[in-house]
Order: sequence, then C-alpha cells, then structure tokens
Amino acid sequence: MGKLKVKIDNKLIEVEQGTTILEAAKKLSVEIPTLCYMNLGDMNIEHKPGGCRICVVEVEGRRNLAPSCATDCHDGMEVKTHSIRVLNARRTVLELMLSDHPFDCLICAKSGNCDLQSTAIKLGIREIQYQGEKSTYKPDLSPAILRDMDKCIMCRRCEKMCNEVQTVGVLSGIYRGFEAVVAPAFERDLDHSECTYCGQCVAVCPTAALTEVDHTNQVLRALADPSKTVVVQTAPAVRAALGEEFGMEPGTLVTGKMVAALRQLEFDYVFDTDFAADLTIMEEGAEILGRLNRHLSGDKSVKLPILTSCCPGWVSFFEHHFTDLLDVPSTARSPQQMFGAIAKTYFADKIQKNRKDIVVVSIMPCVAKKYECTREEFSVDGNPDVDFSISTRELANLIKRANIDFNKLPDEEFDAPMGESTGAGVIFGTTGGVIEAATRSAYEMHTGKTLEKVDFDQLRGWEGIRQATVDFDGFQLKIGIAHGLGNARKLLDDVRSGKSEFHAIEIMACPGGCIGGGGQPLHHGNSAILKARQKAIYREDANKPLRKSHENPSIIKLYEEFLGKPLGEKAHKLLHTKYFRRGNIICIEPDVREAESI
Amino acid sequence: MHILVCGGTGCHASSSNLLLENLKEQVDENELSGEVQVIATGCFGFCEKGPIVKMVPDNTFYTQVKPADATEIIQEHAIKGRQVTRLLYKDPVNKETISDSRKMGFYKKQIRIALRNCGLINPENIDEYIAADGYIALGTVLSGMTAEQATKVMIDSGLRGRGGGGFPTGIKWDIARKVEADQKYVVCNADEGDPGAFMDRSILEGDPHSVIEAMIINGYCIGADHGLVYIRAEYPLAIERLKIALNQAREYGLLGKDILGSGFNFEIEIRYGAGAFVCGEETALIHSMEGHRGEPTFKPPFPAQSGYLGKPTNVNNVETFANIPVIFNKGAEWFASIGTEKSKGTKVFALAGKINNVGLIEVPMGTTLREVIFEIGGGIKDGKKFKAVQTGGPSGGCLTEKHLDTPIDFDNLLASGSMMGSGGMIVMDEDDCMVSVARFYLDFTVEESCGKCTPCRVGNKRLYEILDTISKGKGTHKDLDKLRNLGDVIKDTSLCGLGQTSPNPVLSTMDNFWDEYIAHIEDHRCPAGQCKELIHYTVVEENCVGCTACARNCPVNCIAGERKEIHFIDQSICIKCGACLEKCKFNAISVS
Repeated sequence: MGKLKVKIDNKLIEVEQGTTILEAAKKLSVEIPTLCYMNLGDMNIEHKPGGCRICVVEVEGRRNLAPSCATDCHDGMEVKTHSIRVLNARRTVLELMLSDHPFDCLICAKSGNCDLQSTAIKLGIREIQYQGEKSTYKPDLSPAILRDMDKCIMCRRCEKMCNEVQTVGVLSGIYRGFEAVVAPAFERDLDHSECTYCGQCVAVCPTAALTEVDHTNQVLRALADPSKTVVVQTAPAVRAALGEEFGMEPGTLVTGKMVAALRQLEFDYVFDTDFAADLTIMEEGAEILGRLNRHLSGDKSVKLPILTSCCPGWVSFFEHHFTDLLDVPSTARSPQQMFGAIAKTYFADKIQKNRKDIVVVSIMPCVAKKYECTREEFSVDGNPDVDFSISTRELANLIKRANIDFNKLPDEEFDAPMGESTGAGVIFGTTGGVIEAATRSAYEMHTGKTLEKVDFDQLRGWEGIRQATVDFDGFQLKIGIAHGLGNARKLLDDVRSGKSEFHAIEIMACPGGCIGGGGQPLHHGNSAILKARQKAIYREDANKPLRKSHENPSIIKLYEEFLGKPLGEKAHKLLHTKYFRRGNIICIEPDVREAESI
Repeated sequence: MHILVCGGTGCHASSSNLLLENLKEQVDENELSGEVQVIATGCFGFCEKGPIVKMVPDNTFYTQVKPADATEIIQEHAIKGRQVTRLLYKDPVNKETISDSRKMGFYKKQIRIALRNCGLINPENIDEYIAADGYIALGTVLSGMTAEQATKVMIDSGLRGRGGGGFPTGIKWDIARKVEADQKYVVCNADEGDPGAFMDRSILEGDPHSVIEAMIINGYCIGADHGLVYIRAEYPLAIERLKIALNQAREYGLLGKDILGSGFNFEIEIRYGAGAFVCGEETALIHSMEGHRGEPTFKPPFPAQSGYLGKPTNVNNVETFANIPVIFNKGAEWFASIGTEKSKGTKVFALAGKINNVGLIEVPMGTTLREVIFEIGGGIKDGKKFKAVQTGGPSGGCLTEKHLDTPIDFDNLLASGSMMGSGGMIVMDEDDCMVSVARFYLDFTVEESCGKCTPCRVGNKRLYEILDTISKGKGTHKDLDKLRNLGDVIKDTSLCGLGQTSPNPVLSTMDNFWDEYIAHIEDHRCPAGQCKELIHYTVVEENCVGCTACARNCPVNCIAGERKEIHFIDQSICIKCGACLEKCKFNAISVS
C-alpha cells in the first residue's frame, strides 16, 4: 500500500494508509485538542468513540466537520484544523459541555489537573453563552471510589477501561439524551456492583467525575492526636511516581525525599511496604514450593498453578468472576495487610503499645487498597490492621498542605526494623516483579544453590500476557504473567478449563502493574510515563545491596523473634487469609450480597 | 363477491375485528358462504375514515363502518345489491357522494407499488400473495440470474433507500456483494420511529411476504444466508403477521435450505427493539441487535463492509424492500420510468395534521406538495388557511406556500431545507404556532438522542430551552442568534444523522416564519394564539348572556358571575386551557 499525501494547515505530509488525521497532525506538530480520545499505545489501548466532538476539523469537500481522532486520511486530503468554522464549532461544543458541568473549579478535586479545564483554557473560553438546565445524578460514595456524575462529560474512557481492558463490566452508558451517563446497571452504587476498585476508571477520567475517596483529613487528625502512634508504610511504586506531582521528570526516584517528607509530616515511624513485600515472598515462596513439591511427588489433590494474591483488585475480581477457583490463588495476604498485621503485633510489642493506640497509614499507588483495608477479616475486634490507605496523589497533597518544599528535601532513610528491604521487595511495583522476586528466593530454597544472576529478563516487559520458563537446576518452572484484568481473565479461563500449563502465575489488576495504579499521578493517556516509572523501579532494585527477600536481616530476625517459620502457626494466623464467594451479579437487594465464606 | 375489511392497526382500534366477525356471522346466517367471502386485509391507507370495508368487484367503498352495520351491508348490498348510501364517502370539498374508491380524490393520484397489496389481500394467507404475483421475482432471480445480474437490475432501477437517507439501494448491495467474507447478513430495518409515520408497520401488517421475498433476493445478491428483521416491540400486530408469513414461507420451501431447488439457503429471524428512535440509524440498530447499547458509531466502516458481528451487512428499510419484487417482475426500466431524474419510483407518505384526508398515501416521485395536500389530502380541515407542511419527521423542516409547487423528491426537499425522511407529512394551518412546532420536535429529539456526542446531547437541550423561553415571551434577539449558531454547529459536528438533522425544524421555521419569532420576542405575542404564556382569555361583555356554561366548565374556578349577568375571568388563576372558549355558544370568549 502506497503512502498518502495529506495537507494539514497548508503543511504537506506523507502518511501510511490507516493513519488518522489526528495522528498525521501530530507528526506535523499540530496539536489538535481532544477530550474523549485516549491512546495508551504501548498497552494496545486505544479509545476513539468520536463522542466529544472537540477534535473536529474541516476536510476539503466534506459536508460536515470530521472528528480527527476517528477519521482516516485519504490521498490528496486537505485539512484545516483552525479555520473560523472549526474554531467556532469547537468553541460552541466546549461551551455546551461546560454548560452542563458544575462551575466549582475552585474547590474541585481535579482543579489544575483536569482535561476539561485545560481544554477550556486552551480554547480561551471566557463566557458560556448556552446556559440552561444541568443534569444531576445521585452521588455514589464507595469505600474507595467517589462517583460524582454531575461532572461526567461522557467521554466513556472509564467504560473502555472497565469493560474492554479490565472486562469487569460494571460501567456502561445508561439513560438517553440529556440524561445519558456512565453508571453501573440500574444506576446502582459501586458498592452493590461487581466493581473490583481497581481504579482504572479513576486513572483515566478527564474530570472529577471519578476520584478516589479522600482520607487525608483522617490522617491529619491521627497525626495531631498525641495519644496515637502513627506508623506509615510506602508501597514500592509510590517512590517512582511521587516526583511527578512536584514537576519532576517521570521516572525520577524520590525514595529519600519521600521519607524526609513523611518525617516532616510527623509520622512517628516511617516504614516501607517493601519490607512486607519481602515477608510476602517468604510466605508465598514457601507456599509455591510446598505445592510444587507435593505435585512433583505425585499428590493429585494439590492445585497448580498457584496465583499471586498481592493485588486487591485482582482478589475482588476472582471473588466475583471465578468463584469456583477460590482455592487456586496463594493464601498469602498482600504486603499492605502483612505490614499492618505485623505492625500491630510484633512492632506494637516492641514499642510496648496497645494496637488500639497505633494508627497504621499506607501510601499506595492504588485505590483498591482503600477497600482492602476495610475488609473485615483484616481487623481484630473492630480495629483494622491498616487504618487508612491514601494514594500517591493524596500524599502529594498532604506534603503541599504542610508547606514542604519537596524538591529541596534531603534524602533520608527509613526507620528500623520495618523499613529495611531488598531489591526483590521494590520490584513488586511493576508487572513481572512479584514473580521475579519469588523466583529469586524459591530458586535458592529449592536448589540449595546460590543464584548468581538475579535479573530475570525473561519475566520483564510490557506484553499483556507473558510466559517464561525458569531452569530450577533441571526442573523447568513454567511461569505466566498477566497485567490488566482482561488479560488475567484469559489465563484464568485456561486454568478453569484445565488447559493451563503454568506452575505459577503473577497477576496485577492494573496495566503496567502498580506503577500504573489508579492512585498514581495522572498519566493523561501517555504510556511513556508508565515506562519511565518501570525503569525507575528496576533501577532502585539494581542499586540495593541485598536483592533477595530471604536475605533481609530484619525479616530473618522477625521469624527468629516472633513468627517461627514460614507457613507456621503464627504466620498462618497473621499473614494468610481466606477468600469469599461474591458472585457476579448486580445485586438488587443489598442482603443478597452477604458474602459466603468457604 | 369479496368483502374486504381493513385489519390494520388503526381500523383494528376502531373495532374492525368485531365488524369482521359480525360480517362472517351474517354471511353464515344467510347461507351465503358459497358466494360471499369476508377477508381481513392490510391497511387501505384512508385511516381518517376507518374502519374501511370494500366490496369487490364493484369497488364500493364504505367508510367509518361500525360492527352493527354488518347486518345492513349483508342484507342490502350482498343480498339485494343495493349500496348502503349512508356509509359511502362524501367528498369534503364538494360534498358529493362517491362509491367507487378509484374515483375518490384520495386514491385518484396515487400509484401503489410498495402498498400494492395492502387492502387487497389477506396478509395471513401466502396463497393470496402468490396469486398476486408473489414470489415470482424470487423464482426469476434464483433460476435465471447471477448475483451480479440481479444486483445490476437493482442499480438500473435507481431505487433509493426509503428510510431517510436515500442512498442508492443497488449500489449498497453491490458494495456488500464485492466484499469477501465467510458470513454476510441482510437486515430489515423496521424500527419506524418518526412521530406519525406508519408506512413500515402497514406494509408488514398488510403485505409481509413482499418484504420476505425481497430479503431473500437481497441475500442471494450479496451472498448472505441469514436475514434479521429488527422491529420495535410496540408493533405487535406487525410482528404476529410477520411470524405467520415466515412460517408459511418455510412450509412452502421459500425459506430454509435449497430454496426452489436452487441450492441457495436463506433463513430469517426477528429481533425486537425497545422503540428508541436512534436505533433506526443503521449502526445503532446493528449495535442494538448485538446486545449492546443502541448507539451509532462512526462511518466508515459502513455496514456493507463491516456490520452485524463485524460481517458485511445490508440494512434496508421495510418500504425499500416492498418495492423490490415488483422491480424484478416489471423490469428496472419500468421502475425507472416513474418519478424524477434522480428519484425513481414512488414514495409512501403518512399524511397527518390539519388535513381532511388523513392516511397513508403512495405517489410517484415528482408529485407536488400541492397535489398531495389539496387533491389527495382534500385540503385543509374546516376551510382554514394552509400555513406549512412538515416533512421528514424530527429531521425535516417546515415548508410553506412558496414550496407547494415543488415536485417532491429527495433532492428538492433537501434543497428546500427539509428532507424526505421516512415520509411523515404533517400539515399545519393558521392556528399552528411555528415556534411551538419547532419546540415540539426538539422535545422529541432531546428525549430520543442517545447522548453519545456532545452537540446532540447538550446542544439539542439548549435549543429546546431557548425555544421554550421564546414561546413564553421571554426571548431576546440574542436568542435568535444563539439558535442559528447552535443549529449550524449541531448539524456540522454531530456524530450521526439524528444530530446532523435535528436542528432542521428550528432552522427551517426561522427561515420561513421569521416574523412569527419576532412577534414572540418583540411584541410578546403568539400570532397563532397557541403559546399559553402569551394568550389571555377574556369575556366579550356585549356577547355574554350569563349562561354560566363557562364558569361551570372551568377546571380551576377562575370565572365568576351570576346567572344572566356578565361573567369575568380572573387572569391570575386562569390556566389557559381553553375550556371556556369551547363551551361558550355565544362567541363571548375571546383569545388575545
């Protein structure tokens, strides 16, 4: 197929067949404004419903204006992206959108970070001529996600993520005309749907229609309470993205500055979720080897593959959609919850405090973690192991509120003992990382040999579904990796039908893993940002003196002083969990939803 | 003798089913079953005067027949050969009684191709369809023509899609024919949604086999073995007759495997729509059939390239299909000889509004609006003055006196600021307010927009709100500028045909009735006396005799006055319902 000659704003360009006007314009550095369009090219996620009509352009010989995101170039095409006809139409369409939007930018959660606002600025809107009735919907406050559909502009990006990328299928267009909105079926609350709280809808929402539930004020209150000892843990992916909120290049590692900031916020102990990630490897690694050895010795009752269980979005997903496979995933709790359980037992004893006087705050790249820490099984007598989970974005906000000049902070170190971690704990933040960390330890535990090369390049990458075979001294360990719940579903379907040949599978709900979590600084559809974060995670790993979880001295000490051995009685009680059959129906009556324990 | 009783939905609603039973009973009682046959047919089109009974062979046309009239029709007409004069049609203009339908103004100018069998045959009997040359076209195509040859007949006929867009049907088929695919589909669009239009329903109720036959031919031409009829669930009678017809066609080997021994297989299934207007748009219709939200998507790809389940799909409207068997029977040249240069054949219109002969008509393309309204339609009701005619439903515009002699075809209507649409035609008289008319259509569009694209979702709502403000006498000149700009932008930027045409009722009434908009804005006056906020009912003192009829009928008790004394309307309470005006026998209530 030959190249097409196209003229855009009087500039000539040659493009391949199938190139859209928007893409061709971009090559000429002509930035046509868009709103509903989203392209996460590296992850094969392209959304161009042609709904917002902001990107319209004038095409010579065409009756009406063309949406540049969804119109392919043809040979000899002449396009004008800023004729008076286009500018007037674009402006009118945006005014219409704004006329059905609350004017509360001053106090909006997304102010300054809102695509609608920035488009209004770009188009120079100073007046909204077409005012009238606004569509209103009941607000929906779930444990993790706040839906304020008055702010929905019907870009449908969330629907794309929820239905096609994650295959969760909770969000879709409902009602018609002026009332049309994206919502769960029958406009039920998220809490009464199959929502996994993965937060990918939040990650792509251009406005504040979908935001995380804000827990910063609760955290500030706890910090101000002299009777409380406030302990903070920071997830691995946070350090690779937090800098973006302070104008740093994507991929800048800010571990030391983050620790310093948390100390200035007056957290009593600044610890690291990476420590708990190492702990997770001890338990999960032992579980993998246990199942594997039984399997190899011919025990037919053992289930393989074993699936990771660090990701709460993923856990919700299989609790809703794969209720017949609840005994397949590892029973190991997530690092956030292991941390909370240890902090309120082992560490509480160490500082001689009652668990009720300790507040555990987690900084997570995730919104599902907010939901996870409210799960009943993760509390003792009504006192949760983790009290509050806040996102990377909320932490940035806390830092700004405390008048801290983040960029000028010195690098500081985590506190001991729960601040010590290995490189294996760090890579939990990216797709492929958990299984690589597990492989490093499992290899040595299984073979009794020292692993010389700890980098498993075959487990790294961006493909939605990856597979690799690792030589365990003669035994070939088959590993599967999926990120994004849609990809997870494919692997799970194979497990269900008995076709899966893997011994172990790592699953992360968000595309890219935690670095692309719903609580991270907004990527605004730029997947290069996610790639930069991933590189930073591997950099942090490479720079660590210890890179295998079982070599973490604080972990070794924890077992010696408190837990005994992996999968031991105490470990089982504090570090493992059970799963619930939640079914995959929209519940009309709330009581139908009573989770059934197995 | 055959007694044809209309079994269309309109006459059915006026108890034509009871009438049918009574007639049959009378035939039995008088032991006439050997000579007289009573048959339920499809719609005659003349719904204004329903229920219709037609006596064949003498073509006596009885109107507004009640179930109780059955005895008289049998006794007088069937037995004694005397017409029941009181049931005959009276011309509304010259008051002449006409018994032969062929001589009635309503039918004289009509040429019925798509409606050829409606009102003539029993739609529930395939033999009657076959007797009326049914399935001959299918036989011709399957036994003697290649797909390419048959498609060429369609192209040569010049038939254009009757659903609204007017895309040449043959070319659409040819595109789908040329695409290579393991599976293709034929879809019949029976999601008729224009307010007031009911030609598709009438065809499916009155002549379902013509559609089935055409769908099979369509399948043969493009290489599809699967057809789907997308029909709105609120057409129960059409669905029932279609089901009967499908079963009969299967029994006769006209559907299924190896049709007429040709080796060609074709099956048809029915899919129900929930009655969303936007699902008449072909991509939205396809998504609805796939189980998704009925929303249009961007074209290209066109359904002929990638449609239902991603396979090449031809979507044709019911009326389009109904034309096709005749084209094969009488030839493409014959069809192309009817109509205008670029619009061939006939078009069915649903004539409604302030017109004497409300009903379904079919006229050759090129017939003028004047002929349709004043000859076939019998002119304006109650001798009032013609003001405008709205064509094309919510997508069309209002045409005026100056357009009356325009020959109706796709291109002329478009050039006049309206469109053909699916053939709704609503006639308005001097009492109709054009601001209210525009507001009515926008109200419909706001409700029926799918909400996917911004201009249609929000823009139409704003158009409606501005029109509403104007109709309340609160509009400004700036509002008129807003209407114009908004209308132009919505047309220019909307995703599908719904939004691209929805401002037409506003823009065309602004073009043609500018003074009326100005009267609402500058004088706070509704010249037609329709906009409630702008009118007042008052008592004309010299005419009021104090009969108290107005006061007794006022629903809000805002009229005071003793017997035989002049009455008074309290404007602060009056809801402007007009009950007083209606009840006053002394012209003592005036509207200002």
